[in-house]
Amino acid sequence: MNTFKNNTKHIIEINDLRKSYGDNHVLNGFNMILVEGENLVIMGKSGSGKSVMIKCLIGLEEPDSGSIIVMGKDISTLEHEELDELRTEVGFLFQGSALYDSMTVRENLEFPLRRHTKKFGVIKDTTPLVMEALENVGLAHTVNLMPEELSGGMKRRVALARTLILQPKIILYDEPTTGLDPITAKEILLLMESIQKKYNTSSIIITHDVDCARAISNRMILLVDGINYAEGTFEELISSKDPKVQAFFK
Amino acid sequence: METIFKIIEILKAFLLDIGELSNFAGRFFKEVLKHPFEFKEFLRQCYNMGNRSLLLVAVTGFIIGLVFTLQSRPTLQEFGAVSWMPSMVSISIIREIGPIITALICAGRIGSGIGAELGSMKVTEQIDAMEVSGTNPFKYLVVTRILATTFMLPILVILGDFIAIYGSYLVENIKDHVSFLLYYNQVFDALEFGDLIPATIKSFFFGFAIGLVGCFKGYNCKKGTAGVGLAANSAVVFTSMLLFIIDFVAVFVTDIFYDL
Repeated sequence: MNTFKNNTKHIIEINDLRKSYGDNHVLNGFNMILVEGENLVIMGKSGSGKSVMIKCLIGLEEPDSGSIIVMGKDISTLEHEELDELRTEVGFLFQGSALYDSMTVRENLEFPLRRHTKKFGVIKDTTPLVMEALENVGLAHTVNLMPEELSGGMKRRVALARTLILQPKIILYDEPTTGLDPITAKEILLLMESIQKKYNTSSIIITHDVDCARAISNRMILLVDGINYAEGTFEELISSKDPKVQAFFK
Repeated sequence: METIFKIIEILKAFLLDIGELSNFAGRFFKEVLKHPFEFKEFLRQCYNMGNRSLLLVAVTGFIIGLVFTLQSRPTLQEFGAVSWMPSMVSISIIREIGPIITALICAGRIGSGIGAELGSMKVTEQIDAMEVSGTNPFKYLVVTRILATTFMLPILVILGDFIAIYGSYLVENIKDHVSFLLYYNQVFDALEFGDLIPATIKSFFFGFAIGLVGCFKGYNCKKGTAGVGLAANSAVVFTSMLLFIIDFVAVFVTDIFYDL
């Protein structure tokens, strides 16, 4: 998958990000740059601060210090409305899919559309957009089903369709293949790849799945104790002699 | 000594809870006036809550009216005061038994439901997903639910009162062949605005407390499925306590204005 062309436009920049919960220092000066069109994989052990970092990035958690610049905007200085507007450009695929239980698949997809009226205006008929997003993930037939009627893999794909419906420029994936069987995980990876090609999105993928990293990454960051311990392509990191780096691939 | 420390810890946790609940209530009053108002979701919640509790309130009200009349009848008979039955039943049900019993039932039914629903949404990151979707989850989930319980509870109380009095009438009709018209005439003759208005106002506060505590417990649910259960459970316990405190205050205030 290392076909990424060297493009220097920074779409996300994180500088010296720090976040603690009491005495638990989760992020201790994390730095990162995401280049436009790139798939950046961030790997780390459980509790290493991957999910906290990604939540800081979307404004769900407030960092203690450091700066996060998304598409040229420092998110710490944004008003709530400006942050909401920026969020239309940043899709987030949650680890557990986070589909709204009380809504059908259609309502789940319509929900962000009806909220972000600034980007699309008031849409009277959302059906074409909903169907297009579902067709992209191969689940057009589930439009009237409830989330409880879907399998784990289908839920993940519907969640991806919900993320795609706002046509974001950046997609953040939080453990996209965790909890799925190998075949379904591969399907999700192929889907992520095809979406990246079709919409030219930039992605940050949080994972501890080596196969996922191998398949999708242009570049990788290994997160250890809240800092970026090592950086490079998958091949560079897998051939590293550093025991801490090696531990990730064993 | 250890017991004293334990009591102090429990007291501290309780006061902290009260403080956080006050903050939560403050946020509700701040958000409720902000645009946009989630009217569709509010109506959906009103329908759900009313619909979910209707049968339970009706059955409980009916049985309470029935049992209350059956239990008090022998005592009134001893004093030759059975004709006072409609007055006694109506005043006690409208003023006190109706509102508090309905509120307790709704605390169990609605309060725990809200706690569990929001708790599970929190644990499964649905609330985060909502925020990322450009929706203020507090306004969409919390404000609509608190408003719905506040407005639905008085309606349920009135319905419960009416059915309880009907239950009482049935006993009187079976025992003494009292007609429906006569019984309800006597019921309304005994009632004054001083009985109806405070009870209705009190019901709004009961509804507010049920929604507030349910949402507070669910919205601040700790991670994990155990947290969801705990949120639902503590919502019921905390609300029940709060309902009695509100009732106690309401009776004192009513006494000042209407001289009970």
